[in-house]
Amino acid sequence: MSIRYGSLAVLATAALTLSAIAVFGQEAERKGIPAPPGHVFKTIISGYQFRTKETRALQDDDLENPGFLAVERAADMWKTVDGGEGKSCMSCHGEAETTMKGVGAAMPKWSEKLNKPVNLEQQINICRTDHMKAPPWAFKSKELTDMTTFVRFQSRGMPVAVKTDGPMSPWFEKGKEIYYTRVGQLDLACASCHEKNNGKFMRADFLSQGQTNGFPTYRLRDQRLIPLHERFEGCMFDVRGVPYKPLSDEFLALELYVAWRGIGLPVETPSVRN
Amino acid sequence: MADKPRIKLPKEAKKGEIIQIKTLVSHLMESGQRKDAQGKPIPRKIINKFTCEFNGKPVFSCVLEPAISANPYIQFDARIDEEGTFKFAWTDDDGSVVTAEEKIALKA
Amino acid sequence: MGAINRRQAFLLGGGFVALTVMPMAANAEPSNDAAEMIKKFTGGKEAAKGKITLDLPEIAENGNTVPLALSVESPMTADNYVKEVLFVADGNPNAGVATLMFTPLSGKAEASIRIRLAQTQNVIAVAKMSDGSLFTERKTVKVTIGGCGG
Repeated sequence: MSIRYGSLAVLATAALTLSAIAVFGQEAERKGIPAPPGHVFKTIISGYQFRTKETRALQDDDLENPGFLAVERAADMWKTVDGGEGKSCMSCHGEAETTMKGVGAAMPKWSEKLNKPVNLEQQINICRTDHMKAPPWAFKSKELTDMTTFVRFQSRGMPVAVKTDGPMSPWFEKGKEIYYTRVGQLDLACASCHEKNNGKFMRADFLSQGQTNGFPTYRLRDQRLIPLHERFEGCMFDVRGVPYKPLSDEFLALELYVAWRGIGLPVETPSVRN
Repeated sequence: MADKPRIKLPKEAKKGEIIQIKTLVSHLMESGQRKDAQGKPIPRKIINKFTCEFNGKPVFSCVLEPAISANPYIQFDARIDEEGTFKFAWTDDDGSVVTAEEKIALKA
Repeated sequence: MGAINRRQAFLLGGGFVALTVMPMAANAEPSNDAAEMIKKFTGGKEAAKGKITLDLPEIAENGNTVPLALSVESPMTADNYVKEVLFVADGNPNAGVATLMFTPLSGKAEASIRIRLAQTQNVIAVAKMSDGSLFTERKTVKVTIGGCGG
């Protein structure tokens, strides 16, 4: 314990030294899309643009991209019967390549039945419990992350297109509030890094806009696919805060709000990130 | 390692042509350097060998150590003198072997 | 206290590294069995510089997945080809990375793999030709630790 807390002051100082001098040479070529009126950014830029050429190359080739191992596993699972109803995903939805096109780009989406928004992981589990009579998959399980990746992949190249009005608007506002609230012992909000300081280094880490268009993403650090709420958890942990629970209302609101911050960006799932 | 290996190579080639082969398999490549939550070392479990043969003749192979990243990617080349079948094999520390085959034809 | 988990360990280590000079240990004496492995591979014979091209990033985005591409100049004919290429990393817990075995059927002595580098260090390649001659090449890769990438 003494080691851990003894270095806390040192750590906090280091983490807050957001270096403005060191910028990757690739900045000039960091391309984005123009943001709609009233957006926080002038240009919306995918996390892809903030990564090194080596990391981009891993994403650029579908054979070299390890995220496709998940896509292929889930493509088989899509056709596999599971649960008491004797159904597979395919029994109701047919070929994912056509029926799931665009679905992942519009998540989270309002559910009339639940009177709240649901994200892709939740919708997959609703299908399993309600329609297949199969047990839900645990968050972070290989199965749920694989299937989420597979469904999102069917929207690859399509623009992120979440709806934020109507019944979604209080959820949008809640997500915005979370985004700008400083948390943890390091006292940082999402905005501290990803809005005010993207394009700069925080210690050894090059900060992006924190866009979600590539999730679930294959992280080099973890050498596996990471679902969005696990990344949210990681960010909150890194600032030494107490993370919200994955699939909680708080993270769902944040997912909606952050998706809007990247509105129009092409879906890149499965992307490759640091 | 139940997943199908991912392999990419052309379906046909001219006689004498050198083709590129890309392979990717799903594997944790547990290095033996990590510890679990109780502080006990997690035993090493990696793919330690990869071989590629064409019509029974060795083309390329490698011995892998724990310093190879998870989900090993191996890219190499092969000269095509005749039509035939590539055989690929990945050997796990536990002795299991995952194999795959790909055919290639000669372009007229 | 309970065991420090990996993330905490990263945070502790990261905080320290960020305050010291980041590119370090590049020219430090090898701390592992790199020299012995090379000696075993070469039989103690001197390897000449040249023939080998190593493509490695100068700074790795993440040490867990560093793309490495190799190319060795050789006609790759039945009587003149690259037999084996040994890769070692002199700053990892164990120096061994991989040994690649080519044949004339390889057509080219080229290959790409992805490797793990625990810290800033040298990646060393030694190629053994079919006539027994030896060539070597090395490259320093800076591995940064700290920040959210870990």
